[in-house]
Amino acid sequence: MAERAALEELVRLQGERVRGLKQQKASAEQIEEEVAKLLKLKAQLGPDEGKQKFVLKTPKGTRDYSPRQMAVREKVFDVIISCFKRHGAEVIDTPVFELKETLTGKYGEDSKLIYDLKDQGGELLSLRYDLTVPFARYLAMNKLTNIKRYHIAKVYRRDNPAMTRGRYREFYQCDFDIAGQFDPMIPDAECLEIMCEILRSLQIGDFLVKVNDRRILDGMFAICGVPDSKFRTICSSVDKLDKVSWEEVKNEMVGEKGLAPEVADHIGDYVQQHGGISLVEQLLQDPELSQNKQALEGLGDLKLLFEYLTLFGIADKISFDLSLARGLDYYTGVIYEAVLLQTPVQAGEEPLGVGSVAAGGRYDGLVGMFDPKGRKVPCVGLSIGVERIFSIVEQRLEATEEKVRTTETQVLVASAQKKLLEERLKLVSELWNAGIKAELLYKKNPKLLNQLQYCEEAGIPLVAIIGEQELKDGVIKLRSVASREEVDVPREDLVEEIKRRTSQPLCIC
Amino acid sequence: MVVREKILDMVIDCFKRHGAKRLDTPAFELKEMLTEKYGEDSGLIYDLKDQGGELLSLRYDLTVPFARYLAMNKVKRMKRYQVGKVWRRESPTIVQGRYREFCQCDFDIAGQFDPMIPDAECLKIMCEVLSGLQLGDFLIKVNDRRILDGILAVCAVPQSKFHAICSSIDKLDKIPWKDVRHEMVAKKGLAPEVADRIGDYVQRHGGVSLVEEMFQDSRLSQNKQALEGLGDLRLLFEYLTLFGIAEKISFDLSLARGLDYYTGVIYEAVLLQTPAQAEECLSVGSVAAGGRYDGLVGVFDPKGHTVPCVGLSIGVERIFAILEERMKTAGLKIRTTETQVFVATPQKNFLHERLKLISELWDAGIKAELLYKNNPKLLTQLHYCEHMGIPLVVIIGEQELKEGVIKLRSVASREEVAIKRENLVAEIQKKLSES
Repeated sequence: MAERAALEELVRLQGERVRGLKQQKASAEQIEEEVAKLLKLKAQLGPDEGKQKFVLKTPKGTRDYSPRQMAVREKVFDVIISCFKRHGAEVIDTPVFELKETLTGKYGEDSKLIYDLKDQGGELLSLRYDLTVPFARYLAMNKLTNIKRYHIAKVYRRDNPAMTRGRYREFYQCDFDIAGQFDPMIPDAECLEIMCEILRSLQIGDFLVKVNDRRILDGMFAICGVPDSKFRTICSSVDKLDKVSWEEVKNEMVGEKGLAPEVADHIGDYVQQHGGISLVEQLLQDPELSQNKQALEGLGDLKLLFEYLTLFGIADKISFDLSLARGLDYYTGVIYEAVLLQTPVQAGEEPLGVGSVAAGGRYDGLVGMFDPKGRKVPCVGLSIGVERIFSIVEQRLEATEEKVRTTETQVLVASAQKKLLEERLKLVSELWNAGIKAELLYKKNPKLLNQLQYCEEAGIPLVAIIGEQELKDGVIKLRSVASREEVDVPREDLVEEIKRRTSQPLCIC
Repeated sequence: MVVREKILDMVIDCFKRHGAKRLDTPAFELKEMLTEKYGEDSGLIYDLKDQGGELLSLRYDLTVPFARYLAMNKVKRMKRYQVGKVWRRESPTIVQGRYREFCQCDFDIAGQFDPMIPDAECLKIMCEVLSGLQLGDFLIKVNDRRILDGILAVCAVPQSKFHAICSSIDKLDKIPWKDVRHEMVAKKGLAPEVADRIGDYVQRHGGVSLVEEMFQDSRLSQNKQALEGLGDLRLLFEYLTLFGIAEKISFDLSLARGLDYYTGVIYEAVLLQTPAQAEECLSVGSVAAGGRYDGLVGVFDPKGHTVPCVGLSIGVERIFAILEERMKTAGLKIRTTETQVFVATPQKNFLHERLKLISELWDAGIKAELLYKNNPKLLTQLHYCEHMGIPLVVIIGEQELKEGVIKLRSVASREEVAIKRENLVAEIQKKLSES
């Protein structure tokens, strides 16, 4: 037995060595060698014994949401959905998987992060990577030319998960999009208004929304002399300016991406700028930029956008930031990203960037990629980074020690003596039939103390206690868990009384 | 979607009324978690491609993930509900509401408790949900794995054929006994006398009196398993009577139900069709089902410790299909948005005023929309309201602006009244709370 235990330990250590090498991206030969050693050790253990061959866990990068986390989640979703509805959005849902070909070619470099389903003889399928491409597919498929919709669902990415930093392989997205040909910038302004409303209502701290435009970025690169072929890669360097210094970004552009130093400097003159509408005005006067048609279009739209944002009363939360470049390929116009200004205790890298909690932009060409005739439907939208928000809200609750209930039970039906199960069953059934949220312990003869303790742990505010004497008198003892006050209520008035007490705003029962 | 959401809300309300906590698990599990849990149905599991990492499969139901969660977190007691999609590579028959991706609403009680109280609560929940959804008259068939096994044993069915014979018996709700008998004898190699003996039992159904009768049955009462099952059913019927739902429950000896992991009571709810509904053919089949499964958590637990569980699953897709069809037939119009007020203007160059006003409404929590046009026609705006079912319109015009008033118009009655700008929000809120 000891021999076997020692052998099992060797197997475990070797397994860890292999994992470590893979993480460090060691050479293929090295990994192969160590894997071979591992297999040899395993072979020595002989055929598998015992029931358990697997480790009890969820797949890498995924997690269960416990009841407590679900309660937080529900609170956050309620705020978000109520805002989407306030703005007249309809809700849709799409399947978790799409035809593989629907997703191919839509995500640039990120395409390698898509989860494929096994070829089991039917259509080739992949798990959705976001909610935007399925939305575009939905529009094209149903030949819709305008819709205002929200969609809240999980998406899947075979990323390197960093779960302590809130980066998962399966995570929620909350998307709101407006599709259709409309007068310029009104829907775009509404998207920003929605982002601000949601972030304010969630009370997660002060925030800022950075805004830029793809055409301004492209125009800027053009006049600085960036070769077309390097546009994307320079974009992704510029985007890092929120995390690293300009020196580092410049080094990357010149040292790693082969950009001429003067070109990099020229870019630096622009991308380190941010401000309000006055910066838009300034750039419209810029001798070089104003020669570029694309940039002018972008600047014109931003000027109009700021007008509308001022009317909405949110212009002070918006910053025109020339370093905002944002990953995804399909944006064609305005782009935006909301960041929290005070980073909470656990700062770290997030899926959307440091402190980023929401983002979006205009993407006018995506639907055209699905439409058989290439017909376009202009779209603009936003996505709320809820996973990050969940953890912030969870932290806040923990810090204030606010108790989060995981059930909504209002009354526990209890008995003071033995042999009262029948009475409890009859009473709890009456309460359920009246729509009251009630529970009872699944014991024939529970102790009163245990029943009271159950209430305290679960946060149940009221107890309806059945006792022999009270039964004879035709009353039920209604007890407030918090105050411990008890009062005898006639059986026929009980439902009324409970409803009265639980409808009071703070439920001071 | 709106119909779906209303249905899910009602189901979830019921689960919450019974004190359940919500749980959510990932869409996929390690392949090995799901292997061998579903018997014959295992071939219907969607696998993910091997992309160099863990081998994964999409979850087939919400019960196995629940058992995995309990074992993984060493939870001994839990009353939980879970609403989520599951995936099965079945032949989809969309008419009957059978898809490859569909939503399940599960409620389960895990833990060692005094017998049959949680089981009774599950049946009470099923009744509350089905009544609340107003699907019409329904019936819940109840049986017990141990009674079934007992019957097969006393009829001398060879142990190796138990599973196959059970699946034949389960077809009795769709095809007549003579066809089922034929299948058992001709296709599954059962001796005809044995089949006949089975037939004496499985064609029976009734209330608690049938339970008593079975207790007296000379053969069955010799079988220990069957006696256990009958004893539990007797207790169950007592509790169901106290809950006031006994008349909806039928002890049906032909109920066998597919899944391998049931160990005790099993149940299935079916809608009782009117002749008109039989035409729809949507009402065929069960709308909810469940049972007790005491051994599943033990399969996951490293030491084999088990946690007894009992639960139910509401077949919401079938319910959606039925209710949607009904609403279509009745010509009911359903709103897809909840917008309360539309901000309009007959005037050109009034976009700025509309944007300012709508912002005020949103800040006050009022659900409001405007057209994304600089200069929309009033008629177009009013048509939009009628089409979307928006009840109120605020109209800003040049004249009114000078006088500091806004027109508030009811879309239905077309009545208009002028309101002072500063009273607008209060006035709207009043009108909305009145309707």
